[in-house]
Amino acid sequence: MAGTFEAPEVVQEELDILLVGGGMACCGTAYEIMRWAEALKAETGKELKIKLVDKAALDRSGAVAQGLSAINTYIGDKQDPADYARMISNDLMGITRDDLTYDCGRNVDDSVHLFEEWGLPIWKTDATGVRHDGADAIKEGIPSLKDGGQPVRSGKWQIMINGESYKWIVAEGAKKALGLDRIQERVFIVHLINDKNDPSRIAGAAGFSVRENKIYIYKAKAVMLAAGGCVNLFRPRSVGEGQGRAWYPVWNAGSTYAMAAEAGAELTMMENRFVPARFKDGYGPVGAWFLLFKARAMNAYGEDYMTKNKEMLNDYPPYGQANVPAACLRNHLMLKEMKEGRGPIWMDTVSALGKLKETLSAKEVKHLEAEAWEDFLDMSVGQCGVWVGENVEPEKKMSELMPTEPYLLGSHSGCCGIWVSGPTDVGAPTTETEAGVPAHLPKGWNWGCRSMTTVNGLFTAGDGVGASGHKFSSGSFAEGRLAAKAMVKYAMDNASFSPEFDETPEQIAAAIWQPAKTFLEHKDYSTAIDVNPNYITPKMLQFRLQKIMDEYVAGVATYYNTNDKMLAVAEEKLEMLKEDSKKMRAKDLHELLRAWENYHRILTAEAHMKHIQFREESRYPGFYYRMDKNFVDEKNWHCFVNSIYDKHSKKWTCFKRAHVDLVDKSKLFKQAAH
Amino acid sequence: MPTFVRTEKCDGCKGQDKTACMYICPHDLMKLDKDGSDTGHAMKAYNQEPEQCWECYSCVKICPQGAIECRAYADIVPLGGSVQPLRGSDSIMWTLKFRNGVMKRFKFPIRTTAEGSIDPFGGKPMPKLSEINDDGVFTKMVLGGYRAGNPAELIRK
Repeated sequence: MAGTFEAPEVVQEELDILLVGGGMACCGTAYEIMRWAEALKAETGKELKIKLVDKAALDRSGAVAQGLSAINTYIGDKQDPADYARMISNDLMGITRDDLTYDCGRNVDDSVHLFEEWGLPIWKTDATGVRHDGADAIKEGIPSLKDGGQPVRSGKWQIMINGESYKWIVAEGAKKALGLDRIQERVFIVHLINDKNDPSRIAGAAGFSVRENKIYIYKAKAVMLAAGGCVNLFRPRSVGEGQGRAWYPVWNAGSTYAMAAEAGAELTMMENRFVPARFKDGYGPVGAWFLLFKARAMNAYGEDYMTKNKEMLNDYPPYGQANVPAACLRNHLMLKEMKEGRGPIWMDTVSALGKLKETLSAKEVKHLEAEAWEDFLDMSVGQCGVWVGENVEPEKKMSELMPTEPYLLGSHSGCCGIWVSGPTDVGAPTTETEAGVPAHLPKGWNWGCRSMTTVNGLFTAGDGVGASGHKFSSGSFAEGRLAAKAMVKYAMDNASFSPEFDETPEQIAAAIWQPAKTFLEHKDYSTAIDVNPNYITPKMLQFRLQKIMDEYVAGVATYYNTNDKMLAVAEEKLEMLKEDSKKMRAKDLHELLRAWENYHRILTAEAHMKHIQFREESRYPGFYYRMDKNFVDEKNWHCFVNSIYDKHSKKWTCFKRAHVDLVDKSKLFKQAAH
Repeated sequence: MPTFVRTEKCDGCKGQDKTACMYICPHDLMKLDKDGSDTGHAMKAYNQEPEQCWECYSCVKICPQGAIECRAYADIVPLGGSVQPLRGSDSIMWTLKFRNGVMKRFKFPIRTTAEGSIDPFGGKPMPKLSEINDDGVFTKMVLGGYRAGNPAELIRK
């Protein structure tokens, strides 16, 4: 295949609304948008041209591709959206947007009920307290969630499901809502296009097919950008064949953040990261083990580090005094054991299952064993691969836990992303009290349609929305739905607007195809295809990025430590890496995909580094430490850190935005420990 | 734990332009080697970038020939185990083989409705444009999931 590129055909299409991505957020957008588009057509006769473009296949794209064993966000009828907003704020060390989390909380259950109607099996508890899987529950006549059926809670907000086909089911709903002629699969959108007459407005997006030599350029009034978080920007713990076994999906390449930044959208909290403590090497989930099976984690000498090191929580008031300490603080207590040589850290699966067995019948024990394995088989099969290879039966042998390499995301237990316009009915501020916000940016938290970024017509959801973590699968879908409605409104309000590109189609196509051109121009200079001074392979460029991030920007190599001096070194190295990204080669379409993914990773990594550099404290102990500012500084840094990128000068500008609580957070904390 | 394709079982999806595994892989890893120039096995699929495999099993589950399996990552896991699914329309059967020979089988439901049966807007209201500025989604009144919340919790409102 190498070197047989033909010149690409350029396909242009004019739309009203373009959806970029195919995960939970875009499926939610697709579902909701078609109904409002239908309403618009019925009432006004105006038909919106809508298209969804996904780099993979909708049935198995996005973070839920493999399946899930739980829906992590289901509020239920006994909790308040305010409780949900409080929990998120606490887990993310106080800096989240209550307007966004509250809005997600009040709307999310609607979509969970929809999934159950579509066929997602949801575990239920019967009147006697016995658990039933989702299919058995129906046979037993237990009502659906909508009709009062009680889910099996594996935590305050989580419910258990038989979720192997979760994405398959949701994709079917979204595909049927859209119709197949509105879906373009295997086209990777890599670049957003601004409007020629108004650079603060979106005019379209462009990408290429990974199957044939075609470049696609879409003109659109409104664009939903929901292409996931960012994985493998840090050197992973496994660097051989196992490097693909990332905790979050390896195909999440930071495309959401990078494309939004280049289009001029304001990013928020890009210093935030997630470092999940998971079963070592397979990255199997621990939530059900902790919460459903009541297992405990301990150091190599059998000590429960959460109890042993609990005084360390007092270093971080008020967050350390929360009834459930933030995920980063739990890591902080675990890391003390690892750094001081008392590893490995074990999940005591043996005692947990042993204890449960004391009160269960033989049949129930068998069911329990199946539940434990299903937790992995539904969403992390690779962990089962580790267990069978190492002869680990959890009732007989404990398993190691390990904090992973850092991930950037906005939908799981992280909150980096894009600054979006929120709901107007929950008391969100409409002014800005921090100085230093660039003048062209909006004040307050709602300045336009719900879910719109600071670029007019550019919307996001799921991992794209910053400062509002803990949405997970259901919340991302719900957020996509809220955005969809707003996008239709935007299209109505801007019916007469006709977008014009600030670049020519030829320029756009040339830029997208450059890695292929670079390869064809230089491939015969050397006899070894991968070693050539005129270009760099996407794979080597990725390794270079991972090395820089790992060694200087608080990766696993330094136990998540960095400082201002290390960041300055990283800054210089990333500059050169970004320059060299222009020399990436692509020997085939598959490598062109990797080239653009890695370009997106570099911009995302740069944003992460700049934000950590700007925030002169260590807001997330256990996720990263700035050793020159190793404290949480509530006085000066209880605020958002936001940024914009100038695609012409290629420079970042970071600034503060004021944080305000819309719900009372004092309820979270025990009385002061001191 | 990258996937691999069993030479004797793969039929290249009978000479169609793309195979089921190529269609489904979220990371564009599976490739049909049409002329055998990449692998020596013409008209069979292979995993072109095993170190990028997330082991999501999408290809394993979809392969009509059952030709795709996983071999745990050689740089981490001892040899000899296997985890193989058989996915039907309403359930999935997993066979786990441990390195020491222990076998386990599990069967889990995956879906409670027939595949292809979703009627996305069936029984759902048609919204009115006059409601487009209201909070919530168009199914708010019928799915019973809207949680209005205690207004007193919103301290700035």
